[in-house]
Amino acid sequence: MGGQAMTLTDQRPASEPRIVYNEGYLDEQTKRAIRRALLKGVAIPGFQVPFASREVPMPRGWGTGGVQVTASIIGPEDLLKVIDQGADDTTNAVSIRQFFERVAGSASTTHTEQATIIQTRHRIPETPLAAGQTIVYQVPIPEPLRFLEPRETETRRLHALEEYGLMYVKLYEDIARYGHIAKTYDYPVRVNGRYIMAPSPIPSFDNPKMHMSPALQLFGAGREKRIYAVPPFTSVESLGFEDHPFEPQSFERPCQICGSEGVYLDEVITDDAGGAMFVCSDTDYCARTSSGTSTEGAPQ
Amino acid sequence: MYVAVKGGEKAIENAHALLAKRGSGQERVTAQQISEQMGVLVSRVMNEGSLYDPELAAKALLQAQGDVLEAITLLRSYRTTLPRFGVTAALDTGALPPERRISATFKDIPGGQQLGATFDYTHRLLAEELHTPEVPAAQGEAAEAMPRVTDLLGRSALVEPDHPQDWADPEPGDLTREPATFPMSRAERLQALARGDEGFLLSLGYSTQRGFGNTHPFAGEVRIGEIEVLFEAPEIGHEVPIGRIEVTECQMVNQFVGSAEKPPQFTRGYGLSFGRAERKAMSMALVDRALRAAEFGERAVSPAQDEEFVISHCDNVQATGFVEHLKLPHYVDFQAELVLLRQLGAEFGQSTDGRASNDPD
Repeated sequence: MGGQAMTLTDQRPASEPRIVYNEGYLDEQTKRAIRRALLKGVAIPGFQVPFASREVPMPRGWGTGGVQVTASIIGPEDLLKVIDQGADDTTNAVSIRQFFERVAGSASTTHTEQATIIQTRHRIPETPLAAGQTIVYQVPIPEPLRFLEPRETETRRLHALEEYGLMYVKLYEDIARYGHIAKTYDYPVRVNGRYIMAPSPIPSFDNPKMHMSPALQLFGAGREKRIYAVPPFTSVESLGFEDHPFEPQSFERPCQICGSEGVYLDEVITDDAGGAMFVCSDTDYCARTSSGTSTEGAPQ
Repeated sequence: MYVAVKGGEKAIENAHALLAKRGSGQERVTAQQISEQMGVLVSRVMNEGSLYDPELAAKALLQAQGDVLEAITLLRSYRTTLPRFGVTAALDTGALPPERRISATFKDIPGGQQLGATFDYTHRLLAEELHTPEVPAAQGEAAEAMPRVTDLLGRSALVEPDHPQDWADPEPGDLTREPATFPMSRAERLQALARGDEGFLLSLGYSTQRGFGNTHPFAGEVRIGEIEVLFEAPEIGHEVPIGRIEVTECQMVNQFVGSAEKPPQFTRGYGLSFGRAERKAMSMALVDRALRAAEFGERAVSPAQDEEFVISHCDNVQATGFVEHLKLPHYVDFQAELVLLRQLGAEFGQSTDGRASNDPD
């Protein structure tokens, strides 16, 4: 990552100052600061590390945390995959991918197993991740206790004291009311037996993939200015009770395009009479399963 | 028939073209015209974009087709890439030759009241055409020094001093470089307020006037003028001027009933903004004073007195981003909720069916 500067506007007279952006957009000092936060996050799995989140050229809440994390770890030899809702071609995924192609000159891919960095919003790919891969989650609300306690000063204290009674009471109340835990995404997890962590709004279906994952998992919350991490092969246990253990959501039907079972499905409305079809949310997985190309270690 | 949501790339490209077309118009307005004729707007973008650069702010406004928050975002995401050389010397606003200076607390003050360029006493009648009347040349002697009203009060200890006696003038924090944690120092809070949304601060300040954390404010002084910025570069060893900026300063003077440790005394709320931004500076001063509740042992019961609430929500770049992100696809979590809702519905149906069949009727 050299200091080669990049000019986005060339039509200005030579006398005026030129608008110049650093390669990879973020300046090197900032990248270093973010890497320090990442290292701290890896050292204390599940702990939310405050960092001086920078503005990036997309709106807050649109993946600015993920973008900063990716910008700080991406190098010329990396292959980047960006997904939103499991799909490579959703507009915001396209926009972020184009941003890195423009400012970091990075190569991109849609193939999960080829990517060295996968930036994601709301999903973990169906294809199991391998050692050496890094998955970067875009996080809107990093604080798992936020909707139980709105104050940051208070939630930081609760984490420090490992005082998670609030969360268990909330889950218990669900069971009392509905007979089971009624949380289907952003389902809280306990990392390495210590910190309760928000897995970002991935469906509970994806939660088991985080447990003992060989890939490095990094989480960036730009607007909320927090970074956290789960190192490879770390325990990520979804919260539950002995008599009401965690149960990930699942679908009882296969994808109607590729026929895969045990995958997360999107419900696509096909007419105005209640007709719908269910198809893979992971577009890369679906495309390659239906075309018969290899997707190693496909789930059963 | 299932139509895959493909073609995100093409869609984005077309959307950009359409957007550019909507903003092109018959004739391009120049950035210079914007900064000369819409100076107040440019000030707002510079304030909330936290970058003093009228030219870039005007360009941003043009690029954003007049969407102020979009322009602020543009400026912020450019600003964040700029290197930070250090902290300038504190501005001496007492020495600033004001173009406008008013006090609501004293009828006459050293240096006099000066209305300057203000909308205050204009009749808000729509004009068919805009005129620029002659500005008469200044009469009388050259402008005399205009000491700050709060300094006049301070001399007789009627108002709390600018800073505590043991003040060592530490380098102020910088929220854009250091992670912010609560509680904040007043300097950090003021920085957040200076970057904060004018409308949000206005409403919060207004709420204090209506009794939600009343601080009994008086506009001690509002002044606007151009001031020299001094910077001490380590390699030079003394302060050197690096340019001039236009600022608006507001010092609110607020009642304080006194406590066990402190005598009754006027207290202050402070507001400072770039350019002509009086409403912003005044709102900021009101909120600054309200946020000092703990310092004076006041009960904090209103939103404007709640540091976490005010500071976490005053940044409009964050606020608009997160509100507008609801436009992004949420298929996955919505699907998860759908599945749950169907399950709950089925369970509810079973239980009410059971109840119905048990019913003897």
